[in-house]
Amino acid sequence: MARFALENRILDPEETLDRDALAALQGRRLAETVRRARAVPHHRKALERAGVRDEDLRGPDDVRRLPFTVKDDLRQSYPLGLLAVPREQVVRIHGSSGTTGRPTFVAYTRRDLDTWTGLVARFLVAGGLRPEHTVHVAFGYGLFTGGFGLHYGIERVGAAVVPSGGGNTPRQVRLICDLSADVLISTPSYALHVGEVARAEGLKPGDLPLRYGHFGGEPWTEEMRGEIERSLGILAFNNYGLSEVIGPGVAGECPARDGMHVQEDHFIVECLDPVTLEPVPDGEVGELVFTSLTKEAMPVLRYRTRDLAALDRSPCPCGRTGVRMSRVRGRSDDMLIIRGVNVFPSQVEEALLRVEGTAPHYLIEVSRPGALDEAVVKVEVRPEDFRDEMREMVGLRDRIDREIHAVTGIRMIVELVAPNTLERSAGKARRVLDHRKVGPA
Amino acid sequence: MKIRQLSLFLENRPGQLRVPCQVLGDAGIDILTLSLADTQQFGILRLIVKDHTRARQVLEQAGVVVNVTDVLAVDVPDRPGGLAEVLQGFEACGLGIEYMYAYSVRSRGEHATLVFRLSDPDRAAALLQARGVRLVGAAELFARAGA
Repeated sequence: MARFALENRILDPEETLDRDALAALQGRRLAETVRRARAVPHHRKALERAGVRDEDLRGPDDVRRLPFTVKDDLRQSYPLGLLAVPREQVVRIHGSSGTTGRPTFVAYTRRDLDTWTGLVARFLVAGGLRPEHTVHVAFGYGLFTGGFGLHYGIERVGAAVVPSGGGNTPRQVRLICDLSADVLISTPSYALHVGEVARAEGLKPGDLPLRYGHFGGEPWTEEMRGEIERSLGILAFNNYGLSEVIGPGVAGECPARDGMHVQEDHFIVECLDPVTLEPVPDGEVGELVFTSLTKEAMPVLRYRTRDLAALDRSPCPCGRTGVRMSRVRGRSDDMLIIRGVNVFPSQVEEALLRVEGTAPHYLIEVSRPGALDEAVVKVEVRPEDFRDEMREMVGLRDRIDREIHAVTGIRMIVELVAPNTLERSAGKARRVLDHRKVGPA
Repeated sequence: MKIRQLSLFLENRPGQLRVPCQVLGDAGIDILTLSLADTQQFGILRLIVKDHTRARQVLEQAGVVVNVTDVLAVDVPDRPGGLAEVLQGFEACGLGIEYMYAYSVRSRGEHATLVFRLSDPDRAAALLQARGVRLVGAAELFARAGA
């Protein structure tokens, strides 16, 4: 486990605003946002269709009067049709990864970059970052918001950045050691890969100088957090963001690590039933919907993230007042329906991590060879867990089989595969191959 | 008297058996005997080679998962009932067999050599020798194979 105690330091007074003051601020900013959004033809038409008048927007709850924005609206306005400011005020353009279709672009004004940088700095400070630290950033730099977003946040805190980017993991492990990095920033699956490579290079968890890590960019589980912490000897923090809303910094964990505080002075968050679009009660999983409150270049109105999570409004011991969102449990459009049962890849991961002796590298392949769906889970065997006795290996496979059945409620075919045979990636790990689908869903 | 055996994890798809054999062949390492245990989805290949340390090294370099296990090589009278007699000795000593397979080099017509994996090879070797069961050490085994 991690070897360091964590002091709770809060960067901005806005993080601890009482709920009434926050609501007043949100109401004022919501009205401003809608006024700005009317400069965009798409938003103006949608607002007119919904019959929204500026004077109707008094408080944060009035967000429910606004029309939704979906990913397709960004695609159809490709490349920058949702821009609310003159082009000369744009100082940065990023893009979404394009993993689910044509890429989309998002633009930032000078003030947007300043806002974003401040949001990233908040969660980094909450997770232990101090000016004297060195941060190894293993996110890709480029159109993806992860690299540059974190980079400027680290500089804002005053710590040193090693902008390592992706790839060549043995070299990255050496850099971490040689430059005594305190903090690792990457996707959670890449953090596990760094741990594997460090072990392969003969390093024990305590040999790495790392103390904390901030991970995001893909859904992960509490069990995976445990694996990362054991493997790298660090405290691992979760953060959340998406390029359409602003990038990383929409929400992040405090030292209590019991949900991520949404930065509510900059975003209104709703948690809705993805089918009825009605709010779900706190604690229940629904689709997160965000409305930006301060963005200038591309304000977003009720952006449907497709990310499924639950909200928690109970007071947090850290003193921050922002509502907390749970880990992302999956995506409303990633959800697999296997033989009529809803299954999320994160459930398979949870099952695997419950079984000792399996690395959390896996791939779910779904096909329909006859009339029925068939799901195959390929799981990598770690060299240290390979046993010469067949019954032990069959026993391992059967334990995985039982756990997957227990967690998901369906039977999958478990295949043990050799280590390092499943694809590794610095970006989003590919966890599902659905051969039933033809073309984009 | 123990013999060191290499066990390899194999996925059950074409080419998986060839790869380690090729790797050993390229390194000039002779396989003295082998056994393949398989299920529908994966297999375990067990090998006896003379230079097991180097064999392991080249296999691991090639990305193969390798485990080293101690086994016993036992001479069994090559006549009807010969194996049953030896197994009776195992039973009398209370030894459980994890798995067994035949060593491919016959010894001068009088004995066949079988490889046994027992849970506690050291204790098993002492008990069996005390009962007069003939164990074949690594040196003799390799000499018989002309290796």
